Amino acid sequence: MAGELLDLYLLFFRMGAVTFGGGYAMLPILRREIVQKRRWMSEEEIIDYYAVSQGLPGIISVNVGVFIGHKQKKVPGALAAAFGVVSPCIIIISVIYFLLSSFQDNVYVRHALSAITVCVAALILDTVLAMARKGIKDIFGIVLCLAVLYLSLFTSVSPILIIIASGLLGAVVQALKTGSAMKGGQPK
Amino acid sequence: MMIYLQLFWEFFKIGLFAVGGGMATLPFLQKLAVTSGWYSQALITDMIAVSESTPGPVGVNMATYVGCSVAGVPGGIIATLGVITPAIIIVNIVSAYLEKFRESTLVENVFYGLRPAVTGLIAAAGFSVVEAGVLHMDVFLQTHNFLDLIELKKLIWFILMYAVIRKYKPHPILCIAVSAVAGIILLF
Repeated sequence: MAGELLDLYLLFFRMGAVTFGGGYAMLPILRREIVQKRRWMSEEEIIDYYAVSQGLPGIISVNVGVFIGHKQKKVPGALAAAFGVVSPCIIIISVIYFLLSSFQDNVYVRHALSAITVCVAALILDTVLAMARKGIKDIFGIVLCLAVLYLSLFTSVSPILIIIASGLLGAVVQALKTGSAMKGGQPK
Repeated sequence: MMIYLQLFWEFFKIGLFAVGGGMATLPFLQKLAVTSGWYSQALITDMIAVSESTPGPVGVNMATYVGCSVAGVPGGIIATLGVITPAIIIVNIVSAYLEKFRESTLVENVFYGLRPAVTGLIAAAGFSVVEAGVLHMDVFLQTHNFLDLIELKKLIWFILMYAVIRKYKPHPILCIAVSAVAGIILLF
């Protein structure tokens, strides 16, 4: 039992330590370690976990780790996998944080950071446009997206409220749409 | 002691409501910067750059980085545990009902509203990064001279970076590294 938990922890520790960008970057390693070497589950199962993880709150790679850990060893397995994914981040980021804060006033670091900020802005623009292409399909999506943009730029409405309200709105609008489609399809 | 509880609670909420992967934590972190006063907007862009250039999920890296800046390494650990706790609880529950969850039309309908909303939230967060990185709103408001609004060098770099990212999809680390060097040479 303890041996398998340690195996889960170390497996996901390695995952957290080598995958840049998280999420789908882990998939090839999961395929090799879990499907081919350990034969715990099929690749389809892992892909299902990814699909469901995107529909759940939280960080996708942590969610996938918890699913796999839970399947193997229930709650202790889930905890081992989750702590495994985050342990390397805690170590690496703490070190970088202290390096960065001690060199922050260095003139070269300042020039570099100022250009990096511009680069980060471009990366975010790319993310936003990719999300818009994938997730906004109709006029409802466009209006909702613009409304949220307006609310977050010009008011102090909390993002938590926005998330709850738009989830409810999506469910209601979709239910009304399918409801009226069904009614329209019925013979009079 | 209080600060650790606060950190855990704030990041627990982020972990619970930030749906849609890495960048989805961004609007919440900006809101938290305003409401808590724990860190500045400038720290957020540094943090994105660090998160994108280190292994591990971006959401976890951001939690560790903010936690470290607020309350040292213990703060980093506690913020990270806070951000993954909701996911651990939820995924353990969903594991038992995986089939039902995947086929639920309700979940699909909720996402019909969530996807555009999350896009809008991240767009708004991205706008403040662009504002901090490329535009000089504060100077413009004082002088009302349009030329003071834009720093040409940064605007050109922003457009160039975006074009490169869009066309060649390089790894974010590469963009950040090139920007750092360019920033030092061109005195950004």
